[in-house]
Amino acid sequence: MADLTTDFLGIKSPNPFWLASAPPTDKEYNVRRAFEAGWGGVVWKTLGSEGPPVVNVNGPRYGVVHGADRRVLGLNNIELITDRDLQTNLDEITRVKADYPDRAMIVSIMVPCEEQAWKDILPKVEATGADGIELNFGCPHGMSERGMGAAVGQVPEYIEMVTRWCKQYYSKPVIVKLTPNITDIRIPAEAARRGGADAVSLINTINSIVSVNLDTMSPEPSIDGKGSHGGYCGPAVKPIALSMVSEIARAPATAGMPISGIGGVTTWRDAAEYITMGCGNVQVCTAAMTYGFKIVQEMISGLSEWMDEKGHTSIKDFMGAAVPNTTDWQYLNLNYVAKASINQDDCISCGRCFAACEDTSHQAIAMSPERVFSVIDAECVACNLCVEVCPVEDCITMVPMAAGSTDPRTGKIVQDGYANWTTHPNNPAATAAE
Amino acid sequence: MVDKVFEAGVVAGRLAPEAYAELFSDLHPPLGAHEALVAADRCYFCHDAPCITACPTDIDIPLFIRQIATGTPDAAAKTILSQNIMGGMCARVCPTEQLCEQACVREEAEGKPVLIGQLQRYATDHLQEQGVHPFVRAEPTGKRVAVVGAGPAGLSAAHRLAMLGHDVKVYDAQPKAGGLNEYGIAAYKTPDGFAQGEVDWLLKIGGITVETGRALGPDLSLEGLRAEFDAVFLGMGLGGVNDLGVEGADKDGVLDAVDFIADLRQAGDMGSVPVGRDVVVIGGGMTAVDAAVQSKLLGALNVTLVYRRGRERMNASVFEQDLAASKGVRIVTHAVPKAVIGNGAVREIEFEYVGDDMAPTGQTLRLTADQVFRAIGQTLEGEGLPDLAGGRIAVDAQGRTSLDRVWAGGDCATGGDDLTVTAVAEGRDAAMHIHAALSANA
Repeated sequence: MADLTTDFLGIKSPNPFWLASAPPTDKEYNVRRAFEAGWGGVVWKTLGSEGPPVVNVNGPRYGVVHGADRRVLGLNNIELITDRDLQTNLDEITRVKADYPDRAMIVSIMVPCEEQAWKDILPKVEATGADGIELNFGCPHGMSERGMGAAVGQVPEYIEMVTRWCKQYYSKPVIVKLTPNITDIRIPAEAARRGGADAVSLINTINSIVSVNLDTMSPEPSIDGKGSHGGYCGPAVKPIALSMVSEIARAPATAGMPISGIGGVTTWRDAAEYITMGCGNVQVCTAAMTYGFKIVQEMISGLSEWMDEKGHTSIKDFMGAAVPNTTDWQYLNLNYVAKASINQDDCISCGRCFAACEDTSHQAIAMSPERVFSVIDAECVACNLCVEVCPVEDCITMVPMAAGSTDPRTGKIVQDGYANWTTHPNNPAATAAE
Repeated sequence: MVDKVFEAGVVAGRLAPEAYAELFSDLHPPLGAHEALVAADRCYFCHDAPCITACPTDIDIPLFIRQIATGTPDAAAKTILSQNIMGGMCARVCPTEQLCEQACVREEAEGKPVLIGQLQRYATDHLQEQGVHPFVRAEPTGKRVAVVGAGPAGLSAAHRLAMLGHDVKVYDAQPKAGGLNEYGIAAYKTPDGFAQGEVDWLLKIGGITVETGRALGPDLSLEGLRAEFDAVFLGMGLGGVNDLGVEGADKDGVLDAVDFIADLRQAGDMGSVPVGRDVVVIGGGMTAVDAAVQSKLLGALNVTLVYRRGRERMNASVFEQDLAASKGVRIVTHAVPKAVIGNGAVREIEFEYVGDDMAPTGQTLRLTADQVFRAIGQTLEGEGLPDLAGGRIAVDAQGRTSLDRVWAGGDCATGGDDLTVTAVAEGRDAAMHIHAALSANA
């Protein structure tokens, strides 16, 4: 069986599945149960400065975008950092780490952007025996209004400054958690690296309002008739997070920097995808909040099964494997020509491909009076829309044309080899092919 | 129409030769990959799920369904088989509508449970069709265990014991291993040689030898087994059949339903199995339904299932009763046999109607019958057995019998319903207790 153990910044865990800093990791009771269920590590819910803890709203904290059958697709929250006393958290972290030495224990921290505040809390966290810290520069609601969370993550200079303080006053690995509520994720990642961060984790939640109650005219979740934007997470954000991870993984300034992937990891497959995109592990929250801690069993068995099938013996075998294949649009091969092909044996004649193509694309599917649907190669641009709207998996496929054959749409011969936009004659900025 | 349809008497080949394959095909055709994903998607992944509680083998149903949903059916199969090594057969024969699917919260919410049984079959078939056996034996313990009976209980015990490193010898009276899976279940529930295929796959664990044609008796005594082996597990089921106990019950054409079912299972060509034009099955359990439905499928013109109590008391599930009705079996309740009439061979059978309290009403019913199947329960056979209770081997919660180092499970032992899945659970659990006892003595 495949070896799922991971070594992230020297921090060992029996599998790459960590619980993200969030309500599930708020206290000893939860974390012990999570470890018993099999989670490889946790990032403890964000600690704040000593003194009176923050207070949360006393009304609903969550809102959800549901799919059919009330499947949780996206989750929005307006909860703040831990609202429990600092020392209580520290004592609990110390106990749990002592009892579970083989699991990763990371402490998330968010204190004001003042050197003294970090100087005060870091020795206390160090004393817990936890394996590392994660700097919460990402929460987009509440704390950001107080100059913390995303308010720090949106200013690269602050990221660099605070990271440097942490490396100065704390001896173990420092992970910087990034907010996606910016325009270019590479900038804060570079700042973290300049500050000496050992790794970045991303994404934190995305600014969001999940819905408006049309009777009360209040955004949801509604607190006494008013709502506030929250942080969005869950399966819906995975594509956004995966793209941001890829940007960091392949940018020269940040390439090779360890990444902990976060954002909608719901199944083993999501985790595998993050790892191929360069992540050393993944952090999970919404899936656990939807289905309970037991969900990790499927993640472990699924990843292990897939690794065995592919002959991967360790996580490192496929870590970053998709990064070299992630490129800019301009480098995509324009000589690659494909055509949709409908397998008539599998077709159930629903006509969704026709509707999509006829109404919104290239009128490249013909429909006979007997409801037989066929591709018109002379019109098909291989856009893939029919493939994606077809309810039958693999009924419609994209078939590459062989070099030397003639594309009936363009009348041109399909060329062998690779040619991209940078050398295309239509590109005003094209450079001559070498 | 074949001219044999209306022919009186017990006749083979009542239907056109090509008709049988379709009639005896899979009762529930397997789910395709897409169907399985759609069905799996309906599972809510309930906490402390009621379906698990309802399963006699405690399969982690939400986990295996999620494993199907996330594209890892082989992982799902391992989840199933680690609890129930005959998960493939149970997926086919379990009365899921009384077990996991009845407990499904979707049943409560919509009256449409998640298709747990069919999903289980999808996963186990996926793995087993690759010929993959996912378990490996522990280091050899040097201990030897005898198992009597190669049915669900015996094979389940044997597999678990072998996995734990013990050497196991299984004895079975029949020419083939499998027990009721091979001889006692309707053909349409386990077509295409699945039962033997499952046995072969199960034995891939290694460490198990099977001797067929060996029943407890003069040349295979329990005493001898106890002397030769470190432990013995008895799982030989119920070999005897209850008599009708009425006048004329010995007439030709009055048969045991279990023999009829076994003949059907072993027949290469269903058209070779003779069946009456007018068939009467007496009993109210799964065996009665299996015999009645298969009589109908063989081409019997009139098949009547007669049960002494009301439908609600029948051991056959509502699904089975409905299946019988849909195949054209007439179900008569509140009637007990009084006499079998005929000159040499059965010609008619007379019943008397009884009340819910079984009190005779004096009202009678005569049914034309050229074949009568007894399916009114089975009995334990054998001598020198451990102490019995209610006609079965008395066992404690660990499957221990009154004899030292002898355990028992399945239909031959007390406790649990007479279901394949219960037998598998009892065999598995007894194996764990045998293992604990052998380890303690090591």
